[in-house]
Amino acid sequence: MEFALPPFLPFFLGALVVAVLRGRVQAGVAILVPILGFANLWFGMPGAPETLQILDFTLVLVRADELAMLFGWLFHIAAFIGLVYSSHLRDTTQQVAALTYAGSALGAIFAGDFITLFIFWELLAVSSVFLIWARRTPRAIAAGFRYLLINVFSGVILLAGALVHLWETGSLEFSYIGLEAGLAGWLILLALGVKAAFPFLHNWLTDAYPEATPTGTVFLSAFTTKVAVYALARAYPGTELLIYIGGAMAMFPIFYAVIENDLRRVLAYSMINQIGFMVCGIGIGTALALNGAVSHAFNDVIFKGLLMMSMGAVLHMTGRINGSELGGLYKSMPITTVLCIVGAASISAFPLFSGFISKSMVMQAAMDEGYPVIWLALLFASAGVFHHAGIKIPFFAFFAHDSGIRTTEPPLNMLLAMGVSAVLCIGIGSYPDVLYGMLPYEAEYHPYDWSHVITQTQLLFFSALAFVWLNLTGRYPPELPSVNLDAEWFYRRLAPRAVGGVVATLVAAHAVLDRFGQRQMDRAVAFVEHHHGPEGYFARTWPTGSMVALVALVLVASLVFYLA
Amino acid sequence: MAAPKDEKPGWFDDWGNVKKLLRIFYVVCGLLFLVDFLYHRHALTEWEGFYGFYPVYGFVACVVLVLVAKQMRKVLMRDEDYYERERDDD
Repeated sequence: MEFALPPFLPFFLGALVVAVLRGRVQAGVAILVPILGFANLWFGMPGAPETLQILDFTLVLVRADELAMLFGWLFHIAAFIGLVYSSHLRDTTQQVAALTYAGSALGAIFAGDFITLFIFWELLAVSSVFLIWARRTPRAIAAGFRYLLINVFSGVILLAGALVHLWETGSLEFSYIGLEAGLAGWLILLALGVKAAFPFLHNWLTDAYPEATPTGTVFLSAFTTKVAVYALARAYPGTELLIYIGGAMAMFPIFYAVIENDLRRVLAYSMINQIGFMVCGIGIGTALALNGAVSHAFNDVIFKGLLMMSMGAVLHMTGRINGSELGGLYKSMPITTVLCIVGAASISAFPLFSGFISKSMVMQAAMDEGYPVIWLALLFASAGVFHHAGIKIPFFAFFAHDSGIRTTEPPLNMLLAMGVSAVLCIGIGSYPDVLYGMLPYEAEYHPYDWSHVITQTQLLFFSALAFVWLNLTGRYPPELPSVNLDAEWFYRRLAPRAVGGVVATLVAAHAVLDRFGQRQMDRAVAFVEHHHGPEGYFARTWPTGSMVALVALVLVASLVFYLA
Repeated sequence: MAAPKDEKPGWFDDWGNVKKLLRIFYVVCGLLFLVDFLYHRHALTEWEGFYGFYPVYGFVACVVLVLVAKQMRKVLMRDEDYYERERDDD
């Protein structure tokens, strides 16, 4: 496809314009940007990729095949919803960061070579961190630095992998790599894995997303990880390792989600769980599985965005987000409650909601390709996601016990953004053919047959029954103000301690050296004082006398050398 | 923030309402379980096609999930300011 402008450019130009505007005009112009960008994609003509010559390399700035276009549409929708949601803000930092961030995500998915990808990959990190810092709390600033370090590091590995790949193959093309490519393949997979929040590499996400501003998290949850999913689908389809990584990702975060108190952190864990389904589908690598992975990414951006927005609305209105402090808000925020439940039903994959038509493609493919254990794990994760995202989020925020908090619905723009997402969730779930028509691979799939509808409903109702039973019998763990240790412990606690130990040793060594140096210095000073001090030989004569003595010495020396 | 005194109690504040809702929920669950015996399901495999597989799996999975997570708390749970406090100590 050929576009009037590279898809990222309207966003970057928009960011420049928004930077000098203020107030309502600023918010209005920001919302116009994704609309213009959408039109730019819509009126694109079939054509050759757009290239740029730099040194000896051909950079492919825009390669718009079906896979890239699917994410292109998605990111425009996500940016639009996010900008409507944040249009009450009067914070230029956040508006500019959001537009730059969305533009970088578009740049990355349309990139046709690794250098272009790398540039946008780093821009993603650098632009999005301002959405975290804009919370302007010490906690958010610290989390932002950790986020930035890890994400920039991912880019550095990506570049290293790309250079090894260039050296081995002579090509920078961003296409299938696979692990057969050896070192380059592993490096690039690691870089993508950091951004996709693979197990043990995932804590930047659960650390930073809940610390961002109420509106910032909505953008964060849309772009970074989905760019990584896109890149995995492009470079590693059918890589068996990903099936197991995806299975692990779908499983372990749900345990954390059950005991986590910060409801936006619950959603962050749940996000890793959903990416697990996508990674698994990419690993399976059949047309059905890949379609499942990318369509689930599409749906996840919208329903996870909706859930994040509903929790953002709660945080915005009450200043609280911990399950232990919330409850009973259905009375003062009924519309938000209903919209949150639509998001919850979608992520839980209730029939007629969007998750239902995408998640099952991955599961069907897992069974078809002979991975029954993975299928069981994904089914466990499906029940679990309903449990923590589908029930826990709405229950502890809007129902449970009455926390005594009385507030009102959030501003109209927030409700509108959530409304658009809710309509999309139900629309895509009820009329899946629109989304299916955009999928990049050829595969026949019909989500609405009786067996699928009934078994899925059974699974969900009995998961809910388990919640009811555990709650009524007092077995359900209460929401407690707490932190749960995760892989981040290694770099937030162990490493600082280890570094602290090393530093202490160095300080001690430095003190010893310091004393030694001090002694040498004292001796040097004493030496000078002995010769030049009040009692010294050179103090007895005028400086001219010293000079004459020195000149005589030089003359004698030169005479000796001359004669020798 | 305390609730204002003259406020009408919410629908869910009445335990009787919740009980009614739960009773309907139990009936739906029962019917969903029985449906398995009434229609021919396209099973993916032999064991997955067994009567009541999905309801039982969903229920057991969630109970296991919650009980395991509860045990995890004993090992993993720390005070809310765990990481911040460390920084101050050092």
